[in-house]
Amino acid sequence: MITFEDVTKRYRDGTVAVDDLSLEVPTGAITVFVGPSGCGKTTSLRMINRMIDATSGRITLDGQDVREIDPPTLRRGIGYVIQQAGLFPHRKIVDNVATVPYLLGWSKKKARTRAMELLELVGLDPGLAGRYPFQLSGGQQQRVGVARALAADPPVLLMDEPFSAVDPIVRASLQDELLRLQSELRKTIVFVTHDIDEAVKLGDTVAVMRVGGRLAQMAGPATLLTEPADDFVREFLGRDRGIRRLSFISAKEVRLSPSPSDLVTDEDGRALGWRTADGLAAHGTFNPETDSLRVALDAALLSPNGTAVAVDEEGRVRGVAGRDAIDELLAEYAPPAAGRAPGGSSGGSSSGAGDSEGAPA
Amino acid sequence: MNWLADFFGDAGHWSGPDGIPVRLLEHLEFSAAAFLVAALIAVPLGMLIGHTGRGALLVVVAANAARALPTLGLLVLVVLLAGVGTVLPVLIPLIVLAVPPILVNTYEGVRGVDADLRDAAYGMGLRGRQVLFRTLTPVALPLILLGLRLAAIQVVSTATVAAFVGLGGLGRFIIDGLATKTYADVIGGAVLVAALALAVQFAFVLLDRVAVSPGVRQVR
Repeated sequence: MITFEDVTKRYRDGTVAVDDLSLEVPTGAITVFVGPSGCGKTTSLRMINRMIDATSGRITLDGQDVREIDPPTLRRGIGYVIQQAGLFPHRKIVDNVATVPYLLGWSKKKARTRAMELLELVGLDPGLAGRYPFQLSGGQQQRVGVARALAADPPVLLMDEPFSAVDPIVRASLQDELLRLQSELRKTIVFVTHDIDEAVKLGDTVAVMRVGGRLAQMAGPATLLTEPADDFVREFLGRDRGIRRLSFISAKEVRLSPSPSDLVTDEDGRALGWRTADGLAAHGTFNPETDSLRVALDAALLSPNGTAVAVDEEGRVRGVAGRDAIDELLAEYAPPAAGRAPGGSSGGSSSGAGDSEGAPA
Repeated sequence: MNWLADFFGDAGHWSGPDGIPVRLLEHLEFSAAAFLVAALIAVPLGMLIGHTGRGALLVVVAANAARALPTLGLLVLVVLLAGVGTVLPVLIPLIVLAVPPILVNTYEGVRGVDADLRDAAYGMGLRGRQVLFRTLTPVALPLILLGLRLAAIQVVSTATVAAFVGLGGLGRFIIDGLATKTYADVIGGAVLVAALALAVQFAFVLLDRVAVSPGVRQVR
């Protein structure tokens, strides 16, 4: 666990980058620092591995004050990913990934073997190992950056706007890849971004910071969307908060009805469409096991009769959910009246809602 | 063309204490000595200043002084101070000539390394010296070599002035040829100096191929 205790960073010219920040970064989960530029999110991140030293207050890593640790030693034990990947242009990809193992004195063979494993882990073709950074695309370079940060298997990973320099499609795939990696690796990740959608997508916990280096709100993404602490957070979260929150509610509990006769299926039980007077009409599907309520609602809206088709992994129809069924679940997750925590009265149905703040250790 | 044939066709020019091989060797000796001393001063200094940012003013002063300094004037001054007969009066102006391009390019090369890269190097846990030698220097190497090449070419071209103070080298053909109006010697000597400069240029191109990482060469 990483803790910030009354941490302030004041520069010599009097600018306060981080103002009396106190928070806890839970072990084994992704904590996102998000906010507009000048809110001190990057400074806060860089104080963890002492790229910047705090003016006052304490940052501890598993109970130990980071200032008691010699910076290079500290940094070798913490993965660090930066915006432009920052790969060493004169070194081959494999040696870039093996940077920290080399520093730790591993043999060249062991370090390179490890580097090859990591290239595979982050979804890169091992054939790229002998190339130089300039020969890779931005997205590939960023994956190498992640592999390099993970090379010595550090328990903590600091990511400073790692995906903001790549195009939106590549960014989305890198985000998915990070979530997949994290489900395997369970690292303690601190992730800095200015993009609230990225924060809400990736964070188990999101810390919203405001200009002047103050913490505005720290909560799970679903809570943040339902109960922004103040106008600043509300504005920063932007439009469609209600709809976006549905992404954090599992569609598992949507009440399914038996498949009606006007839903046409093939011999394997896969939906083909709705029978109408003019032939087959389009249908929308969702998988209650893996999809969110947002997908279910979307599927309902895509069908002419407002009914979403529930399918299993193979695409076989399991039942249907009309808007009334979706509405029932929506009502359960209605934002509480002033100040009450959500989920308290819904009988544990908030599991999978993603707003649990006690992250797994 | 006749003059060239006269000069290079003369068998007497190819042997003896004032033949081309001996003069060439003398010329290379002055040049190499001056170049090495200059490199030993300027490369470490440039790297240090580029890395720490301290002493940048020195680089600016050196760069400007290099433009203003008359080599021949300095040669005469050193001869007046040190006396004729030693090799020192030739070496000092050549060193003074060679230091600025090496210093300026090394400094600019190291200082100019992308801030993100420097940040990544420290962030990975490299110590200050490791950042300098393992990251900044290899990335700055093309510029450092450029500085060395400019200096080397200037030194081999300018080493002809050794002849002014009674020393050997290819300058002898030019100075003596002018004095005796043997223009074949003047032109022959000049062609040799030019050829030597081209050879130095070529040697550095080869060095660049060998020493600079393909990953860095492609970026520039």
